[in-house]
Amino acid sequence: MDRVPIDTDTGAKVVLELIYRLKVSDVMTPAPVAATEDRTLREIQTLMRERRITGVPIVNKRGGVAGMVSIGDIIEALDSGYIEDRAGERMTRQVLSLEAGMPLSFAISWLNRYRFGRFPVVDRDGLLVGIITSKDIIRALLLEMNGEVERLENEIRSGHGEAETASPDGTVSLCRSTLRWDFETAGKASAGIKKALKDAGIDPAIVRRAAIASYELEMNQVIHSWGGTIECRILGDRLEIAARDGGPGIADLEAALREGFSTADEWIRSLGFGAGMGLPNVRRSADDFFIDSTPGRGTTVQVTIRLDASPDANRTRGGAESNGGDA
Amino acid sequence: MNIGDIPSVLPCSCAQDVYEDRHLSGGFAGDLLSDVMGKAKADAVLVTVQAHRNTIAVASLAGLAAIVVCHDRPVPEDMVAAARDEGVAVFVTGLDPFEASGRLWVALNGQG
Repeated sequence: MDRVPIDTDTGAKVVLELIYRLKVSDVMTPAPVAATEDRTLREIQTLMRERRITGVPIVNKRGGVAGMVSIGDIIEALDSGYIEDRAGERMTRQVLSLEAGMPLSFAISWLNRYRFGRFPVVDRDGLLVGIITSKDIIRALLLEMNGEVERLENEIRSGHGEAETASPDGTVSLCRSTLRWDFETAGKASAGIKKALKDAGIDPAIVRRAAIASYELEMNQVIHSWGGTIECRILGDRLEIAARDGGPGIADLEAALREGFSTADEWIRSLGFGAGMGLPNVRRSADDFFIDSTPGRGTTVQVTIRLDASPDANRTRGGAESNGGDA
Repeated sequence: MNIGDIPSVLPCSCAQDVYEDRHLSGGFAGDLLSDVMGKAKADAVLVTVQAHRNTIAVASLAGLAAIVVCHDRPVPEDMVAAARDEGVAVFVTGLDPFEASGRLWVALNGQG
């Protein structure tokens, strides 16, 4: 029980590096709740309940670790009727303490090797400075891993995240990549496309349609795919937006295009996404719409928006949209 | 009616006040961001309970002028920062979306 499910010998390389990089002092809860030997087990039980902890180090007069009283010891005391005895008489005296400067790998091995759920942490002079449990370790490792993955993601992003090219024939192309479940930067690709189109002096009504289409395609990639790219090209008389992802692909294309159909999880819906309006919105914004998806391979969506659309056509489309807005 | 008139229509606080005080074209109530994206008009005020930064992305792309967050939902810091970057005004009210929309509707249509 309370084992830390991490192999400190042959675990994943990144995790091992984190384990060796971190010290016990980085992970422990500092200045822990402690009691002196003259406290009764009843008092310690109250302390545990109030502070919501399951083990209390017992310290001697100079602040060194004399023993430990765990929730198991308290249960034993209640069962055998010695709960009013002093901690000094009943505590577990054989206590293994970790030193604050040790690598975290020691704490993990010890938690795995011994039956204790927690270890007191002492400084060089043997004085109690902290306590460490498997919960502390898991929290610290998650935080470190998060930072590490964030760093890697930023590296990837700056490596081939954005590209803007203008070729001699006047074609402007803008390509942005998206990442699975990256709700933090979601919308950046579409924002970039919108700005580029606006800067190119394109009619605001068309910019809006392009922004809607690219945002929906971007969110689809963030929510459903393993990540992909959104590319927008300005070609003389038309705009082309292409969304390509690397899988997993859409199983039922026909259903995916139906308004209200969605395979999104509950938590995605709680963010206001996954209402099954994405692809229908994209199709409505497009003059030409093409989708191709192969399960296991990925999905490509291509949207064409004409730049030379007659004002009438625009008004009809705009009217249909604002009818919905007014309703 | 302008963005800056919203506090005189609803009991609310302003969570993001760096914006250009322009005329509101109308309003839209909704929590489904695709619905907002596809149907809200540019320069409208959005009444919603979605208090996160993706709401700002939608508001910005759809050209919305302001957001009214209902039920006194806390507005996270990254949402405020994104709204400031995009110049989208954010107000927080204790009213529910129905009541907030009702008051805005009366104000918008009374003066419109």
